[in-house]
Amino acid sequence: MNISYTILIPLIPLAVFLLLGINSKKIKPAISGYIGVLGLTISTVLSFYTAYQYFFVQGKVDGVYQTFVNKSVWMNFTETLHIDMGVLIDPISVMMLVVVSIVSLMVHIYSRGYMKGDDGYTRFFSFLSLFTFSMYGLVLATNLFQIYIFWELVGVSSFLLIGYYYTKPSAVSAAKKAFIVTRFADLGFLIGILIMGYFTGTYDFETLNNPEGSVILNWAATSFMGLSVITWALILIFIGGAGKSAMFPLHIWLPDAMEGPTPVSALIHAATMVVAGVFLVARLFPMFYFVENGFALNVVAYVGAFSALFAAIIAITQTDIKRVLAFSTMSQLGYMMLALGVSGYDGHEGVGYMASMFHLFTHAMFKALLFLGAGSVIHAVHSNYLKDMGGLRKYMPITNITFLIAALAIAGVPPFAGFWSKDEILVAAFEHNKLIYYIGVFVAGLTAFYMFRIYFGIFWGKEKTYEHKPHESPLSMTFPLMVLALLSIVGGFIPFSEFITPDKLGFEAHLNYPLAAIATGVGLLGIILAWVFYKKENSLSDKYATAFGPFYKWTSDKFYFDEIYLFVTKKILFNGISRPFAWFDRNVVDATMNLIGNSTVKTSKSIKGLQSGKFQDYAFSFVMGAVIIAIVFIYLWTN
Amino acid sequence: MIAGISIYEIFTVTSILFFIGIYGFITRKNLISVLISIELILNASVVNFVVINKYLYPDMLQGVIFSIFIIAVAAAETALAVSIIINLYRQISSVEVKDTEIMKY
Repeated sequence: MNISYTILIPLIPLAVFLLLGINSKKIKPAISGYIGVLGLTISTVLSFYTAYQYFFVQGKVDGVYQTFVNKSVWMNFTETLHIDMGVLIDPISVMMLVVVSIVSLMVHIYSRGYMKGDDGYTRFFSFLSLFTFSMYGLVLATNLFQIYIFWELVGVSSFLLIGYYYTKPSAVSAAKKAFIVTRFADLGFLIGILIMGYFTGTYDFETLNNPEGSVILNWAATSFMGLSVITWALILIFIGGAGKSAMFPLHIWLPDAMEGPTPVSALIHAATMVVAGVFLVARLFPMFYFVENGFALNVVAYVGAFSALFAAIIAITQTDIKRVLAFSTMSQLGYMMLALGVSGYDGHEGVGYMASMFHLFTHAMFKALLFLGAGSVIHAVHSNYLKDMGGLRKYMPITNITFLIAALAIAGVPPFAGFWSKDEILVAAFEHNKLIYYIGVFVAGLTAFYMFRIYFGIFWGKEKTYEHKPHESPLSMTFPLMVLALLSIVGGFIPFSEFITPDKLGFEAHLNYPLAAIATGVGLLGIILAWVFYKKENSLSDKYATAFGPFYKWTSDKFYFDEIYLFVTKKILFNGISRPFAWFDRNVVDATMNLIGNSTVKTSKSIKGLQSGKFQDYAFSFVMGAVIIAIVFIYLWTN
Repeated sequence: MIAGISIYEIFTVTSILFFIGIYGFITRKNLISVLISIELILNASVVNFVVINKYLYPDMLQGVIFSIFIIAVAAAETALAVSIIINLYRQISSVEVKDTEIMKY
């Protein structure tokens, strides 16, 4: 299969970024929007063409999906250890290309309406293109170092877009927080990569992931503190992924990241960038599975399950609708992680891996839809808070219906997309780990509850007094909503198990009816509870909130994790470590340098009188010197 | 060979001439006097060239020719120095050594 054209998919957004970024003052906003959408449309068409060619025409050889690589050496260290740049086409990268393309294109179209009249319109589109380029590069990466480079690039574009409203202090601090927390996690990633490179001698995914390859067979060669070094490397790499995917305890940046414009939240903090962590684990899945009998994979599973539960509980009590969605994203990412964690490798055993990628796909669609719908609502009522909303279904029919579809999809109601993927995840969890299965079912119920809580809160309930009469958003904003709603309905019928499995063979998936019934039942229960509590304005929710007492308070304050982090960084790190170091730096390191500098200045001041400008003085010194040398020579020769 | 005069006596004279030149160069306050002192130094060395040629290699002419060269170079040098001094005079209306100190800046 000829894949040389796929390099264009990331390069077109890069070109758009450079064009818009350099000429951001010259290009008219209307034109820059069209340029952004046009560039991305080309990339999207190419991505779809690639997907079609790969999955249906040329990708399969003897029933196995092949991996196609097109790369060139960028930096050479040793015979085997080199860093390449290139394009890797395999089932998950093609799937991610499609996801990134769809969501990014929809967000580009949506932004043309949402950002209308904003001062930094062109800047916004150039950053979106930068992000899209980085994300394409990330999913197409052929080796750990390339993925790391693009990983940082998506991090920086996320930083730029969160801090888009840079005159707002909260946005600036949120951008800094996101940058620092993910950078801290990426330190783990980098160390993991270096350990991996040192002990295996390669960064290349194909070499690393080969189940019969020397890397996986020799995992036990070196051990450190009771575990194989490769396991340590994988855990460190997972820390990087956990930072990007907002897994507990590195999740604190994601809720704050909602300070960015809503399309950005939809694109970066819901659908694409935050799944990079899941993608990374999936990319190294054979290593996670085979090394040390899946020890690192268990870590992934438990971290994912805990994050899913933790975030779902917090989401119930938040009052900012974007924050509810942010915690929901975190919870669903935990779902994907736990699905990877309980997955096997061969044949039907790989259902968890498949389900994770399936959920990644469907989640990208319905979560982007939820965010864009929330953006549409925020656009209409100029507030993020649930207390300022209510009864909007009469004014915004399209937003109402599409939001409902997305909420049903995430709640796991058949036949919407979320049902199918969530069911596969629960099947995988049920077959491998009962504890994680129960957590998964409980989280499914919570998800349905909090999602319908905000749905009823926004579109039903009592009408609030609005500044001006809310109205439906323009077509540029509702069109993406409708497209994504359509995908949220039909997305679940894609036979993912035939395309994406760890062994790349594909298998026939079938619905597990009892488990599906349980999951659906729990989801419906959550919806009914939300109906009872929030359909009509009543005091029931307040009564229960007081009944839970301190627990409710903890939850709405997000279990005080921000405060704990602040305490650790400000009180312990700053006072205990940074200040002594700062003192040492000022009084020892700087002082030494100052001493050298000052003594030089003093010496030169005292001898600068020698250069008097009187040439006769110089001549005198010269003659005297000559005489002295002559005398010395005569003395030495005559003795 | 000059009858009755040894090379040492001539060297003594040229040394005295040389050091008078050095002394003048260092102590004179007028740039023209300094220039004259330089001429004294040059003349002392020219005489040395001729004398050494005459006393040590009487059948050769290198020293004599060299001294002619030195005289020519000295003349060029003096012309240059005088032109510099004239320029300086136009700038600061003075040919005093102490007034040239400002050139260090």
